[in-house]
Amino acid sequence: MSNDKIKAPKEPLFSKKNKKLVTEPLDDNNPLTIQVLGICSALAITVSIEQALVMTGSVFFVLGAGNMIISLLRNLIPSRIRIIVQLVVVASLVIIVNEVLQAFLPDVAEKLSVFVGLIITNCIIMGRFEAFAMANKPWPSFLDAVGNTVGYGIVLVLVSLFREVFGAGKFFNVPIFGDRIEGTGLYSIGYMDNNFIILAPFALFAVGLIIWIQRARNKSLIEEH
Amino acid sequence: MAVNKDSNGYTFLFAITLVVIVGAGLAAVSMGLKPMQEKNVEIKKKMDILGALQVETSRTDATEQYDKYIKSDECVVINSNGDVKEGLVAFDIDIKKQYRDKTLKPSDRDFPLYVAEVDGSVKYIIPVVGSGLWGPIWGYLSINEDKETVFGATFDHKGETPGLGAEIKQAFYYEQYMGEKISSGGDFSMIKSVKDGSGKDLGKVDGITGGTITSKGVEEMVNRTIEVYVKYFNKI
Repeated sequence: MSNDKIKAPKEPLFSKKNKKLVTEPLDDNNPLTIQVLGICSALAITVSIEQALVMTGSVFFVLGAGNMIISLLRNLIPSRIRIIVQLVVVASLVIIVNEVLQAFLPDVAEKLSVFVGLIITNCIIMGRFEAFAMANKPWPSFLDAVGNTVGYGIVLVLVSLFREVFGAGKFFNVPIFGDRIEGTGLYSIGYMDNNFIILAPFALFAVGLIIWIQRARNKSLIEEH
Repeated sequence: MAVNKDSNGYTFLFAITLVVIVGAGLAAVSMGLKPMQEKNVEIKKKMDILGALQVETSRTDATEQYDKYIKSDECVVINSNGDVKEGLVAFDIDIKKQYRDKTLKPSDRDFPLYVAEVDGSVKYIIPVVGSGLWGPIWGYLSINEDKETVFGATFDHKGETPGLGAEIKQAFYYEQYMGEKISSGGDFSMIKSVKDGSGKDLGKVDGITGGTITSKGVEEMVNRTIEVYVKYFNKI
């Protein structure tokens, strides 16, 4: 380590700068709607709210732990192989999540099946490792993970809420419009679930709508051409 | 001592250390959780088998219910000619693995048969496995004491399209199999998947709209497997 370090005054745990790390990804710098990362998983697992929440939880674990590990190792990682090191960290954390889900929450693990493994390819995670954790201390890195996961989770839950209610006629796996097969409740007066909403392409429209609304509300997000 | 982090030596050392630590850590996690995962898989299998008997179970009471309904010592394993293979335990046969194994000839596969007693009458449970659109599909069919009529069925899948092929899991689909005939007078009869809406007829079930390949997969898997069991039923 270098010997001529000037001791900086200790930063409070929730300084303005640190708070910004959490709040910024929620809106102005949302990983999904602004940076348009992690779209793949947003299309795949947003058919039910439960899946969206479990996915968010899993991503939180992987990103939170991964950001801290990378941040702790940032001065040791040889720059030539840093991407590989990041990949190893993500992959092993994801394997741990998968194993734990299979052991303790087999029903959820079955529903998410391959998508847990696909967290590895979630661009948000590698993006945060490379852009933030490689250059910052563990605590800010952890806050960065919190902000980004919540920002990601909000969009997932919004999309899945819409898809589950209008696509499957359910809310948290509970039918809310009556029984589709028996034709009771709303179904008796001709209401039908829109099967298209269940399919992945619809999630793309939903995410697009969210991006539209967000940009209409916040003009500073609109790029100039 | 200053270390040159860009040197080849350091890079290799770092990579090797990292891989050893991560490898050991993952191996430990995997081995530590293995018994619980295997137990979950076993319970799931029991729940599926009981599902075909229309017995509602939860993860907590699956083993107890299984022991109550399934007569383990009467379960047999047969070969593709319908003859009993001695020395095999039906529950331990992994038909999914055998189905995946391309080196194993289809005629060399094992066919486990579970025997159960529900409300005083004997039921036979046939496990089936096949291919859907995106991946494996599987299920269980229970056959009445007459060895001809289907008593119940369940299907499951790994990754069929939600809302389309994945609907084979739903009651409205598998309930169509109830009361279908797998044979009449000893002759195997097919259960066809149709799209003209005539699924109420005997020997036909309605396929799923938009899930044709999955529906055809179920049809293929059910008929291919049942044919073998009919041979066995004709011999006993």
